[in-house]
Amino acid sequence: MKKIISILTAVSLVACFFMGCGASKSTSNGGTVATDGSTSMEKVIGYLSEAYMEENNAVKVTYNPTGSGSGIKAVQSGSCDIGLASRDLKPEEATDLNGTVVAIDGIAMIVNKENPVKDLSIEQIAALYKGEVTNWSEVGGADAPVVLIGREAASGTRDGFESITDTEDVCKYNQELTSTGDVVQTVSSNPNTIGYASLASVKDTVKLISVEGVTPSTETIQNGEYKIQRNFVMVTKKNAKLSPAAQSFFDFATSSAADEWIIAAGAVPVKR
Amino acid sequence: MSKIKKSSVMLENAMNCIFTVCGFLTIAFVLLITGFLVVSGLPAIKEIGLIDFLFGTTWASTAQTPSYGILPFILTSIYGTCGAIIIGVPIGILCAIFLAKMSNPKLSGIVSGAVDLLSGIPSVVYGLVGMIIIVPLVRETFNLPDGANLFSAIIVLTVMILPSVISVSETAIRSVPKEYEEASLALGATKTETVFNVVAPAAKSGILTSVVLGIGRSIGEAMAVMMVSGNVANMPGMFKSVRFLTTAVASEMSYSSGLQREALFSIALVIFIFIMLINIGLNLFAKKKER
Repeated sequence: MKKIISILTAVSLVACFFMGCGASKSTSNGGTVATDGSTSMEKVIGYLSEAYMEENNAVKVTYNPTGSGSGIKAVQSGSCDIGLASRDLKPEEATDLNGTVVAIDGIAMIVNKENPVKDLSIEQIAALYKGEVTNWSEVGGADAPVVLIGREAASGTRDGFESITDTEDVCKYNQELTSTGDVVQTVSSNPNTIGYASLASVKDTVKLISVEGVTPSTETIQNGEYKIQRNFVMVTKKNAKLSPAAQSFFDFATSSAADEWIIAAGAVPVKR
Repeated sequence: MSKIKKSSVMLENAMNCIFTVCGFLTIAFVLLITGFLVVSGLPAIKEIGLIDFLFGTTWASTAQTPSYGILPFILTSIYGTCGAIIIGVPIGILCAIFLAKMSNPKLSGIVSGAVDLLSGIPSVVYGLVGMIIIVPLVRETFNLPDGANLFSAIIVLTVMILPSVISVSETAIRSVPKEYEEASLALGATKTETVFNVVAPAAKSGILTSVVLGIGRSIGEAMAVMMVSGNVANMPGMFKSVRFLTTAVASEMSYSSGLQREALFSIALVIFIFIMLINIGLNLFAKKKER
């Protein structure tokens, strides 16, 4: 079955290539763009591919949520056009692959409005989430227990947060909620809570805290001052050309036209 | 004459066929779901081991070294259901007695209208109300750091099982022959004595059915408890954040893969077996009633 699909894809791509000869270069040529990789990038890639397919309805952009590592391997083996990784490429991967940052994931730390804490260091956040610090007074707050709000296992935001604060699998959550909205709602209703959420989904019902003295904002995330952030990377092969459709989608995703969709998906666009 | 008869016979046969097909369709669905759950639920149990799966106390499906023990979920579901039954059944039965015996028809109409409305509210709405009202209330009342725990879930479940407990018990109480009551009253018993010593025992099997229905409803509930229970795979405690069997499946299904996904099917199988046992219990009660 897979073979048939890949043959069909190849045939249609070739056909498109010839058909596209006469057409202007900016319009894309149809076919399929296979993306594979990070589950955290689901929203970003979803928004981008939808926006792209709206304008180029001959092209189908597929997305296979397998994880950053598998996405990178898939590009290397050629089983997808564009790999998606929610981390930068390792040096050994970068020898034959190109990583292009399409968006930045900024994770904001939020507390209840009644909480006097304004700033935490990464170490303090890690200590809180590991359960080493259980009272807000130890980090400059009131004498109250700390309630840790997180996301369900393997949520993209949780994965990002835990990998940046180095607390993978050791967080002592009090609540594991299934959506960002739930996190914001819970933090806004309980003065003891601390939670994390994508910067774009933080509302003014909760208090945003600065990390190591830097308040998260589009600027501080773009210039790298704000620490709890990671890159969303599109991975391509160095020595092979993308198919016309894939190249066209890649160009769209890395152009400023993609910014509004990246913002809509809750991420921060790259500074151009 | 014979022509009309012939066409009516044909119609009769055709309809008969359709009824039979519809009847068997339901059986087919049941068999399909059962078969699917057994087939997709068994591999993970085999791989993890039945004892480790059912009695393991840690669930860490996405950790570096994953472990798949669902005892916390099983106990949470049982505790949550027991709690809801302990609080909800007395309230439900007393409400049913009020509706059937104590109040005037006008008031009865209003109250049973409200009960019907309660049963029609989608569970996500119960969850939302629980999350915004009950969770903070529990936190403040018991002076806890956090209100999302087993107790909040029990309260939400209690409210959710009330409609089925009330309506089934009410029907059972109403169907007790009036003569029983009249005889009791004629012997000089008060109304309360009559209700508790004559009517309620006579409606016993119906009331038990309502309890079993309540158990079924609360053990199968996922959405509402997911929003108020905190959803962490702890061993259950009254004021601890807990995860139910149903929520374990619901919260991880969307991104699971490999053994984790198979283990979720196994959890579904466990729920299914629980519900089956409850249904068998229900049928036993119903049969007793017939005799």
